[in-house]
Amino acid sequence: MLRGKGWGIPFFDEMTGQASPGQGGEVRSPYRDYHDWFDREDAARIQRKAQQAEAFFRTTGITFNVYGEDEADERLIPFDVVPRIISAGEWRRLSRGIEQRVRALNAFLHDIYHRQEILRAGRVPVDLISRNEAFLPMMMGMDPPGGVYTHISGIDIVRTGPNEFYVLEDNARTPSGVSYMLENRETMLQMFPELFAKISVREVGDYPLNLLKSLSACAPPKCNGTPTVAVLTPGIHNSAYFEHSFIADQMGAELVEGHDLRVVDGRVAMRTTQGYTPIDVIYRRVDDDFLDPLNFRPDSMLGVPGIWDVYRAGGITIANAPGTGIADDKALYSYMPDIIEFYTGEKALLPNVPTWRCSDPDHLKEVLDRLPELVVKEVHGSGGYGMLVGPAASKKEVAAFRKKLEANPGNYIAQPTLSLSTVPIFTKAGLAPRHVDLRPFVLMSPQGITITPGGLTRVAMTKGSLVVNSSQGGGTKDTWVLED
Amino acid sequence: MLGKTAGSLFWMARYLERSENNARLIDAGFRIALTRSSTARSEWRSVLVTAGQDSYFRQAHGDDYMSQRVVDFMLRDPANPSSILSVVKRARDNARTARTYLTREVWEAVNTSWMTLGALLKRQVREDDLPDVLAAIRQNNALVRGAFSGTMLRNDGYNFARLGTFLERADNTARILDVKYYLLLPSVAHIGSSIDNVQWETILRSVSAHRAYHWLYGTEISALKIAEFLILYKQMPRSLAFCCDQMNDNLGLLQRAYGEETDAIRMGSSMCRERLSRPIGSIFDGGLHEFITDFLRANAALAQQIERDYRFVE
Repeated sequence: MLRGKGWGIPFFDEMTGQASPGQGGEVRSPYRDYHDWFDREDAARIQRKAQQAEAFFRTTGITFNVYGEDEADERLIPFDVVPRIISAGEWRRLSRGIEQRVRALNAFLHDIYHRQEILRAGRVPVDLISRNEAFLPMMMGMDPPGGVYTHISGIDIVRTGPNEFYVLEDNARTPSGVSYMLENRETMLQMFPELFAKISVREVGDYPLNLLKSLSACAPPKCNGTPTVAVLTPGIHNSAYFEHSFIADQMGAELVEGHDLRVVDGRVAMRTTQGYTPIDVIYRRVDDDFLDPLNFRPDSMLGVPGIWDVYRAGGITIANAPGTGIADDKALYSYMPDIIEFYTGEKALLPNVPTWRCSDPDHLKEVLDRLPELVVKEVHGSGGYGMLVGPAASKKEVAAFRKKLEANPGNYIAQPTLSLSTVPIFTKAGLAPRHVDLRPFVLMSPQGITITPGGLTRVAMTKGSLVVNSSQGGGTKDTWVLED
Repeated sequence: MLGKTAGSLFWMARYLERSENNARLIDAGFRIALTRSSTARSEWRSVLVTAGQDSYFRQAHGDDYMSQRVVDFMLRDPANPSSILSVVKRARDNARTARTYLTREVWEAVNTSWMTLGALLKRQVREDDLPDVLAAIRQNNALVRGAFSGTMLRNDGYNFARLGTFLERADNTARILDVKYYLLLPSVAHIGSSIDNVQWETILRSVSAHRAYHWLYGTEISALKIAEFLILYKQMPRSLAFCCDQMNDNLGLLQRAYGEETDAIRMGSSMCRERLSRPIGSIFDGGLHEFITDFLRANAALAQQIERDYRFVE
């Protein structure tokens, strides 16, 4: 279980089962074929391929902009050529747990925006909803087309042992990274085709088509014929623009910005070379606040004035539904086991990481006592910003964080420092273990839930680091789920 | 397709064409500076005027038209919004905006061009490296053009990009004529004088056509013939007549695809009919300068009409 007491405690390596590869451990079965291949392979050749991969990412433009830096400075997310491999059995277990969780999240969202039975039953405190910035009172009583709130979600999973998986967080607002999942596979196929001939790896490339099907199945009542789907992006200066254009391109959907759209005859329409044409489903990559300057933030230029009224009248599907972001709240996260049980009648198949809510005075006291050994996160934070990794922080950093925490405890949750599993990365000196997490991508439509086998494996490229976020120097790997 | 996307394709093509034209102008200017140092400064000034960058240059550097300074200004000076570096960047931004309408090959060619030139132009280019840098600009453009013609669907998006290319090219050729028109006036033409020969060679070089000209007209360089070649000769891919034909072809295809005859289509066809279907002598009689000024105005008006009719912006 949790061996989070501190640094230096052994962690689980997914290739060898040991603290570091090559230290006497026997290669675990999902990695055996890959390891055999790797052993026989010339390291210089792999090195060359890794360099080619970087050039490939650059020319393809798979880059992200770092806010606040020179506009011309587009960075690459480091890509590691050693795949992360998951057996068919492990994946079956994981995907059952993920499906259960996403179903529960969707039921929860429907409930808090309708009868709020879970609040009446006292299973989740009322304050946590009513005082939550991400709660959208305007969604009360609204029925999103098809009853779907979380069209696309990303469930972040960490592993600490052979059979120990935890959900670290839920991303139901606008989870990103799917383009990396797809391009990583594409890159691996180009660099090491022989591996895929030898090892049966499950396909991920049908994600865009599944996404299009899934979104189309949620078309609004006013849609006539084949639904027109569009991806809404803040524009080319957004850090995730590559992903937005990639997804639109792969789906064959239009990539629109707020200034391409306006409300015409009760529909949201895009300005084409021949006039305005209505769209039916909008996969928005902008936050709720920016959707509609008439109904939300008046200064926003990213959205469409009046889209909210069209939404209410059944003229457009917004994916994910407005107000869904509350599911990402880290304080609410601590109630997920209850939420799952409340709506599915089953125990959660995938456990949560134990979480202290700093708003609770008893919890806060314990957190303050044990601060140097814990991970503390902002409830609305993301991207690895504004968090404390106790064991990795200096005394000074811990003291500074203690002040912030005491000043505003409700803004934080704390968790034990997990000994995240490692997967080797390729270095000049050979294989070296690095900590990883996993973000599987989940699609939901009235027809059901589709989970792409695997997902995005993020890896902390720095030795010993537990922070895998790309904004903090993390990299990615191709993720293989093996065929049965 | 989205109006914005059409606009991005149009502008991507314009900027790419502009970067290549500017590279050619630098090349021609550089050659004159090498061979005729006495007139180099005034030549550089006319290059800057042709490229529409003279006012920016004066603001930044006054009227010291030193070879090295002008070249650096035209290649990479941040004070110059039309430098090759910034034009290529704008081409790439437009390509990113229109990414979903470009094939992977075209996008990668544009992106690679931006990366390559960004690296080449990171610091001031030494005089002896200039030919290589200019060649790299041309080569990268050729790669984009090749990918474009080899992989793009022949649909409306293609037509908008082509319109951008030929509008920009016509504008460029007309500007070259505009700046040098006095050399082509019969009254001041000293046939056979070597100064004029160099000047005329420069004009032809700025449109990469000095070989083609001699191939067609032999060794005799005459004002009338150069003007005819650049304005009316339809087989010459940088002549006004050729550009006009291409614009009208693409406008015609848009008309067929959309089933709508826009003002831009009418303007495009009258622009060519009224201005280009007469012999060169008659153009000279009416005044070469007036002709060019009028053509530039009509070409710019057509660009604006296309932007309006096809809803590039709201």
